[in-house]
Amino acid sequence: MMRLEKRPSPSRLWTAATPVLAVVVTMVAGGILFATLGKDPVAAIRLIFWDPLFSEQYASYSRPQLLVKSGPLILIAVGLSFGFRANVWNIGAEGQYIIGALCGTAVALAFYPAPGWYIFPLMVIAGAFGGWAWAMIPAILKTRFRTNEILVSLLLVYVAEKLLAAMALGAMRNPDGGGFPGSRNISRYEPAANTELIANTGLHWGVVTAFIAVIFAYVMLHKHMLGFHVRLAGQAPRAARFAGVRPGALVVFCLGLSGALSGLAGMFEAAGPAGRISIDFAAGYGFTAIIVAFLGRLHPIGILLAGLLMGLTYIGGEIAQLTLGLPAAAIQVFQGMLLFFLLALDLLSNYRVRPGRREMT
Amino acid sequence: MDLSAIDPLVLAASLMIAATPIMLAGIGELISEKAGVLNLGVEGMMITGAITGFAIAVQTGNPYLGMIAAMAGGAALALIFAVLTQLLLANHVASGLALTLFGLGFSSLLGQPYVGVRPPRTFKLEIPVLSDIPVLGRVLFQHDLIVYISVIVVALVWYFLKYTRAGLILRAVGENHDAAHALGYGVVKVRFLAILFGGATAGLGGAYLSLVRVPQWTEGMTAGAGWIALALVVFASWRPWRVLLGAYLFGGIVVLQLNLQAAGVRVPVEYLAMSPYLITILVLVIISSDRARASLAAPGSLNRIFHASH
Repeated sequence: MMRLEKRPSPSRLWTAATPVLAVVVTMVAGGILFATLGKDPVAAIRLIFWDPLFSEQYASYSRPQLLVKSGPLILIAVGLSFGFRANVWNIGAEGQYIIGALCGTAVALAFYPAPGWYIFPLMVIAGAFGGWAWAMIPAILKTRFRTNEILVSLLLVYVAEKLLAAMALGAMRNPDGGGFPGSRNISRYEPAANTELIANTGLHWGVVTAFIAVIFAYVMLHKHMLGFHVRLAGQAPRAARFAGVRPGALVVFCLGLSGALSGLAGMFEAAGPAGRISIDFAAGYGFTAIIVAFLGRLHPIGILLAGLLMGLTYIGGEIAQLTLGLPAAAIQVFQGMLLFFLLALDLLSNYRVRPGRREMT
Repeated sequence: MDLSAIDPLVLAASLMIAATPIMLAGIGELISEKAGVLNLGVEGMMITGAITGFAIAVQTGNPYLGMIAAMAGGAALALIFAVLTQLLLANHVASGLALTLFGLGFSSLLGQPYVGVRPPRTFKLEIPVLSDIPVLGRVLFQHDLIVYISVIVVALVWYFLKYTRAGLILRAVGENHDAAHALGYGVVKVRFLAILFGGATAGLGGAYLSLVRVPQWTEGMTAGAGWIALALVVFASWRPWRVLLGAYLFGGIVVLQLNLQAAGVRVPVEYLAMSPYLITILVLVIISSDRARASLAAPGSLNRIFHASH
């Protein structure tokens, strides 16, 4: 039999090693999954993790896509990591992402077709504000009425999705679109477009913002009092109270920050890669970002790497879909398995596994 | 708009059908929370049940075999959660979310051949004498088997928790796992069983959606029903009968909202479709704002990791 012994503090080695190990185990399990679907497992894994970056056939298209897909994931996950550290569970990032996109697009459509340098900055502000405001609903309900923020933030995702559909079919529908649902293409409207900053890199303002958020989060968590309070509140809530941390203020801060960043991600997506508001605008970034945050160990640098990896599975998944006929859902399963293995292997960073029977003391 | 087209009797009968999936999922989650485990994977277990039930029912032509398969499917997913949280001591919230994300992906992978397929029919069970009662008979006693089973399950859970020794042990484990462990009860074993029960009922609830209520398979068809079931447990203050009451209230809202859509109320369909979620939030706020009740009702060890160090 095995015996578990709690470590006084998590092992640094295992904390860094488990995500890598989880990815490897997921690749093996994913290979088995692909094999049962009747696909060559080695080819599928190679197609997902290697070819998007290094094959001559796909790389020219897919390399820029890496930043396009990873940008929103990193941006959202950095915001979520603050809350997850402090035990504030915002799992409604998808909703905040949608509302941010709607607010940003609304600004662009309001100015259409006027020129003006100030339109894009206004959209950025509107996007962040929209996400922030949507996250304030669970925050205020939590601090005022002690309502569970997990359920409220998640239920608001469904509300946001309905609102998105209502806007795509109603108020924001393109008047020149021949009655088809969806807004005007604002990425073709110069003052509102979130363009590629360096050609063929996929680098747009959202990706830049994501990088800034990573640096900002790193400094905040490791050099700033507020970051210390966030970590303290998560690890020792009672000690945090004695240290003068106000739990309510922390809830508002964590939800507000993650909401604003998710809103920004949505707005940059709508003005750039997606180009417009449509019924199927929400692609699940808000949920995948939860996996990214955990895979990155809630650490900004880790999230950066995890976001890039998860972005890669999206692109690789698309390629595998086209060439092998691998269903899109298989990638979702793959991502879910990754989180399972990560959580399972986390045991190693928090506990020592010792041989021998449980001793009675 | 033609509100007279809404027949209150049909409404009352169909609200029982709308309530059944979340009642089943909610009562299972109640058992699991009473044992001290908050499983946020209800949505994932429901949708897994929805597709396994649908697939087996189509393959065998027997909806009831499908429903048994759905219970097995939901329980299988719950087993992953149990292993993660009870044996590997992983964070409950994160593991539950993982279950939901995995379940949504897994079900749409599994469900690809079944899009657009019609499932075998389930028959209504008209209870002999009772269904002939003029008004009540039509509303209460002309449903399929699962509607009655869901009510019976609620009754059994109530009896189990209140009057049996095993129920008492389950509650002890949920209220204070250290004390229960010291008394010699197998905390991990009890929690395993509670989680599996929750998975099985959530799976059955999901299969009821895909086989009876809709009846069809579409990706992501549970559309938040699992989350609403979680809210239902809070609404019920962890009491079985209130799960029943809450589910019927909620079913009423859903059905009314659908009927208003059909009657052509001059509000866009999307806004009406928001109402179940908004009302769930509203109810959560009302329940949780009552400080005394909210803090007393929740099991003491809910969401705490149990590690027997000695």
